[in-house]
Amino acid sequence: MTQPTTEKRPGFLSPNRRGWYVDAFWMLLSLVLVLVFWELLVLIFGFPSHLLPRPLSVVNSVIEHWGTIADNSWDTTAAVLLGYILAVGFAVPVAILIVISPQVERLLYPPLVATQSIPKIALAPLFIVWFGFGIETKISVAFLICFFPIVVDSIVGLRSIDPSLIQLARSMGASSSRIFLKLRLPGALPSMFGGLKVASALAVVGALTGEYIASDSGLGYILLSASGEMNTALLFGVLIVLSILAMLFFYAIELLEKLLIPWHVSQRTHVQ
Amino acid sequence: METLIDIDGVGKTFTGQDGEQIIALEGTDLKIGRGEFVSIVGPSGCGKSTLLSLVAGLLETTIGEVRISGSRVDGPYTDLGFAFQSDLLLDWRTVLRNVLLQCDMRGIDNKAHQPRARELLRSVGLEGFEDKRPFELSGGMRQRVALCRALLLDPPMLMMDEPFGALDALTREQMQVDLLAMWQETKKTVLFVTHSISEAVFLSDRIIVMTPRPGKVREIIDIDISRPRDLNVRDTGEFGAIVHRIRLLFQEMGVIH
Repeated sequence: MTQPTTEKRPGFLSPNRRGWYVDAFWMLLSLVLVLVFWELLVLIFGFPSHLLPRPLSVVNSVIEHWGTIADNSWDTTAAVLLGYILAVGFAVPVAILIVISPQVERLLYPPLVATQSIPKIALAPLFIVWFGFGIETKISVAFLICFFPIVVDSIVGLRSIDPSLIQLARSMGASSSRIFLKLRLPGALPSMFGGLKVASALAVVGALTGEYIASDSGLGYILLSASGEMNTALLFGVLIVLSILAMLFFYAIELLEKLLIPWHVSQRTHVQ
Repeated sequence: METLIDIDGVGKTFTGQDGEQIIALEGTDLKIGRGEFVSIVGPSGCGKSTLLSLVAGLLETTIGEVRISGSRVDGPYTDLGFAFQSDLLLDWRTVLRNVLLQCDMRGIDNKAHQPRARELLRSVGLEGFEDKRPFELSGGMRQRVALCRALLLDPPMLMMDEPFGALDALTREQMQVDLLAMWQETKKTVLFVTHSISEAVFLSDRIIVMTPRPGKVREIIDIDISRPRDLNVRDTGEFGAIVHRIRLLFQEMGVIH
């Protein structure tokens, strides 16, 4: 007779083990390996410090310029957030209007698609004329670059309702507004969040572009001046800070998603 | 028997994408009595689902009219329960709140109907699942929830459009038995659309056999098998003869060959 075997809990180092501390351990390990690899690369190939600085120089540079970096991070973050929130604030109602009204769709969709084909970066010089140097230009570029993905994904989501569900609701005497608010809108959220997440990355690109062209503040500005001085250690440092900020923004949207649509299939933990 | 649903010369023509006219249903005359269980059987595209939607007022008739209890149906008729092939449960609501959708869609307070919702769930064997989400349930369980939702406000009529079509054969048979038991107790008027001849014969008082598109009534068959019926009745000669008769009709129409 065979004895039933109880499954042993996977060991700490097994890739099947879950838990936030285990995930953190692996992230840290991966980071350490990257740093070691980087250090070895510089050591072995003898890269000059203005091409590939040692990890330690990067850290030192960040610490040295921390005040400036912190201040300018705030500038960039403000531009990113304001551009993003404006985009969401306009894009979602526009999507709703397009879905509700065929007339609005025919009026708005062609100009929407037409303006999408213009690279937003190409509009930055126009914004300099309109708004001059400063945060308004950054916000405008960020806003424009985020707008379309949010509109498109929202429209797709709002249109993804099963037509039979509408018939069922009508047989229950539901009004069109009730069908929209209680059935169409909740069902659209997963797709909308897809657009929101993509837009979060684009907002950073937009703000940065604005900073390159039309600003004397922000992390983009530091990147440009560090580049001009060949201060590659500072360059790397700011890049890392920027990546961390962008990551935090993205994860914030993911957290919001987890809170708002915990019921969706994408939010269920993978069952082994 | 008192006529509840009077389908008077009803027909429906759709305009296709390229502007062509598609006759989904030709002039159909049918009277459904109160408390009758009537099935509509026919091949795909014969207009049976269209007929159901027309009776429920979800579609407008092109010709003819539908009268329920003497008054003409003009717009969605809401004193009925509807079940579709897809359970159409909302992923973001619990099982209980899905049943209570009836109230929420009508704008009536759902607290008053909670006890009945729980009782209905209990009667279909889903006690304890009230706070679960649809994805945690099997297909058969989900369709049971959909049935509870249809029955929540105790409607006098049920419209059912291939409700068991997506279920596996065993679950399907069980659901048929459960549906009959519920009907036996409540004697609601049921209009049941199905592809399955044996399902229709098992469940119904009368079967409406439809032709392929453009659909119209080919024959109306009275099922004289005594009630209450259990699953064993499917193995009797009487049952087989009726199924055979209907299958012959479909062969005659070229639906199966």
